[in-house]
Amino acid sequence: MAKIIAGVGTSHVPAIGAAVDFGKQIEPYWQPFFEGIVPAREWIKEVKPDVCIIVYNDHASAFSLENISTFSIGVAPEFQPADEGYGPRKVPVVKGNSEFAWHIAESLILDEFDMTICNEMPVDHGLTVPLSVMYDQPDAWPCEVIPFCVNVIQYPPPTANRCYQLGKALRKAIDSYDRDITVAVFGTGGMSHQLQGERAGLVNKEFDIDFLDKLVSTPEELTKVSHTEFLRESGSEGIELIMWLIMRGAMDPEVEEKYRFYHIPVSNTAYGLTILENKA
Amino acid sequence: MREPRDYDDIPGTYVFDGEHSRKGYHLNMFCMSLNKAENRGRFRESEAAYLQRFPMTEEQRQAVLERDWLDMLRLGGNIYYTFKIAIFDGLTMQQAGAAMSGTGMSVEEFQQMMLDGGRPVKGNRSKADKSK
Repeated sequence: MAKIIAGVGTSHVPAIGAAVDFGKQIEPYWQPFFEGIVPAREWIKEVKPDVCIIVYNDHASAFSLENISTFSIGVAPEFQPADEGYGPRKVPVVKGNSEFAWHIAESLILDEFDMTICNEMPVDHGLTVPLSVMYDQPDAWPCEVIPFCVNVIQYPPPTANRCYQLGKALRKAIDSYDRDITVAVFGTGGMSHQLQGERAGLVNKEFDIDFLDKLVSTPEELTKVSHTEFLRESGSEGIELIMWLIMRGAMDPEVEEKYRFYHIPVSNTAYGLTILENKA
Repeated sequence: MREPRDYDDIPGTYVFDGEHSRKGYHLNMFCMSLNKAENRGRFRESEAAYLQRFPMTEEQRQAVLERDWLDMLRLGGNIYYTFKIAIFDGLTMQQAGAAMSGTGMSVEEFQQMMLDGGRPVKGNRSKADKSK
């Protein structure tokens, strides 16, 4: 049977992708960041998940305002890096796992989470930057990937609680898949940041650290955070943190935090990384 | 106009809700079109002519031509869409961020603010109560 072996939370700041792609890792600005993610890269080399389910948001790449889907899952055998206006990132094609993705889609919908099912879905930095964070620059990504996309651009995004409950349903879907594979779930985006308006550049370290702490020990408390509280406290784009709750919902109630890294700034964002494993 | 909402009290923040989205649909879809290299080429050839292809308001077109980032937000733009224009111009998020601050902040000042821990949340939570 499929087995969930870890949850990863990471911001997906596009500048990280550019720093990797253009060899800026050793520049003074980037050096502390790339040093901070080394233990995560070493960890994933050890645990080697077969499949990573990456919860992320699209940034006007695959989706636009033409059709706005709250929760989408990519069921294709592969996904091309999207052109976000710079030309596509020169990263490997993302290989999916169509059979497993369809199993998840069916399981979730029968469990009353009405997913949008995507056969055509270019993937942008929201998905490829977390891969670069964890795997650096391989010739091919060492895992299969199931893109799991959440609307956080058009207000209202799903509630924190809805995301957490969806995570629990995702866990059921993983546990009921009849193949011996190991699975990691990534929650991406955040942490506190605001890209728009006169408040651009907002960072709230206290909120972020509290979020990271509660994510481990009392995630139910985070499910009560309202949209307005996220917007006010973590910035208009900090609301992406709801996606980390899908990851957390898929984990056991009791988890161990294997690694944490928090760094300000990465571009206009407070960067956060957490690695969670179920307690044995 | 919709009823007042609690998030209206957050300063310097344009929540992309239904009303905003309705107003900005064509502006944002113009921005989205810049994902395609051939459209970037057309826009580069003549910005004003290319904008005519989209049923935007004159005000919206003007905001795009003048790169008035705050006006674009006020007129229904969403940052992930309007940032496509910044990408087209070769701007970074920090350059766009400084321009949106609306206080004449330079890019260097914005970068320094980020290095110093970002824009503080204290004093920036509420229009009604600036001490928060």
